[in-house]
Amino acid sequence: MPAVKKIRIIDSMRRTDIENSLKQSKRLDGRAILDYREISIETNVLQKTSGSASVKIGDSEVLAGIKVELGRPFPDTPDKGIIICNAELLPICSAFIEPGPPSEDAIELSRVSDRGIRESGMIDLPQLVIREGEDVFAVFIDIAIINEDGNLFDACSYAIAAALHGATMPTFKIENDKVVILEKVKPLPILSLPISTTFVKIGDKILLDPNAEEQTMCEARLTLVTDDKGNFVSAQKGKAGGFSFKEFNEMIEISKKKGEEIRKKIIKNDK
Amino acid sequence: MSKNNYIRTNGRAADELRKVSIKAGIIKNADGSAIIEFGKNKIIAAVFGPKEVHPKHMMRNDQAIIKCRYHMMPFSTDTRKNPSLSRREIEISKVIREAIQPAIIMEDYPRTAIEVYIEILQSDGGSRCAAINAASVALADAGINMRDLITACAAGKADGKIILDVDDVEDKTGEADMPLSILPNLGTITLFQLDGCLSEEEFKQALEMATNGCKKLYELQRNALMNKYFNNNKNKGV
Repeated sequence: MPAVKKIRIIDSMRRTDIENSLKQSKRLDGRAILDYREISIETNVLQKTSGSASVKIGDSEVLAGIKVELGRPFPDTPDKGIIICNAELLPICSAFIEPGPPSEDAIELSRVSDRGIRESGMIDLPQLVIREGEDVFAVFIDIAIINEDGNLFDACSYAIAAALHGATMPTFKIENDKVVILEKVKPLPILSLPISTTFVKIGDKILLDPNAEEQTMCEARLTLVTDDKGNFVSAQKGKAGGFSFKEFNEMIEISKKKGEEIRKKIIKNDK
Repeated sequence: MSKNNYIRTNGRAADELRKVSIKAGIIKNADGSAIIEFGKNKIIAAVFGPKEVHPKHMMRNDQAIIKCRYHMMPFSTDTRKNPSLSRREIEISKVIREAIQPAIIMEDYPRTAIEVYIEILQSDGGSRCAAINAASVALADAGINMRDLITACAAGKADGKIILDVDDVEDKTGEADMPLSILPNLGTITLFQLDGCLSEEEFKQALEMATNGCKKLYELQRNALMNKYFNNNKNKGV
């Protein structure tokens, strides 16, 4: 139970404005309830990484960097490479974030991002093995939150997807029983492209892509991650409210459709 | 494991729960408590409060706050677990808190804290669901005003089949795990997570199966409370 440090508070007039506007299915920034803000994706923005991407969704901005390095496999999966994924809410990103050990929200963000990649089998982990049980490549995915304006789950998901999609990994040779890393690189083996979509519920309305205010005042939040075959690979409900089963089924449908649109955008960007 | 000779561990049918027993009011010093045995899971939940809020700045003038800690004892796992809270436990504490909060009538207890402590004594798969079931009974036992009980149960996929109540082995070898908690009388989903790959068809099937599991748990929770407060066992009649 980490202490709550600072909380974003929405005053009651603003809240009423948002609610009244939602009654006409309009949001204060002019969007319809199932619209995303403008998404911009830029890859290979960092030179010391094996792959990187900067993603902006409206005013939310995140930066993902991939490093592929030598590592040791986990004892229970000697025949697979490893993924380590960490998202950090930097103190620069918002007046409500302070330096220090990660908050509950930061841990949730990190773990949900991690699950999206891990469970979708996005990276072909057996291909990262050098010597089974001894040496493997480890894919370190680190995400810096540069500016926070809600919906970081999706921003992180797209940043990871875009960064991994164009990422490389080193080649190696074995000399005198030692692994030697060569300068030449090859593309990281990628099998699928998981895309997350995040919904919030305010009153009886379901909104896509909440901004910071909407995310703060919402009753419940749901993140659904789909892969390119239309499978659901990970999900997380958040916030202290609930969804009805009907709302749930709606979100399942929308998530597949929107996921497909955004996936196209990321693939197009890569070329 | 090949597809043809797959047998569910414990020989359970696809929609069969593990053996569950719940007992309410097992800790004298707590305002409410419950122990649940859910397969090999053995979990105690204790509720304290409504009580004074510490630290003070967390206090809400219009409603209660809930503090929730999910903690695994070092001896609860195969290899000893570090006793300090891991990132996993912090995340689970958060999702459990958010799962039980919709059931509690928070406005009834302004300026107070309701503390829910969950200790895992022995873990099998599905400990977060078992923990929610125990916490729900403990909250009711503490006399906290609630809209409904909170019931939780997971569904998942192992060896190509959709199954109810994924245990440890099935979680590790299987394809997907989907914990769900609902308010059964209000039909509200309060916890939902998914770990693993499901097609839309399977997703809906698993959701339905987990919902049915939750409803079974509801009866067991009710019985646990009835047993404590009305001594409602069959030998004595109603």
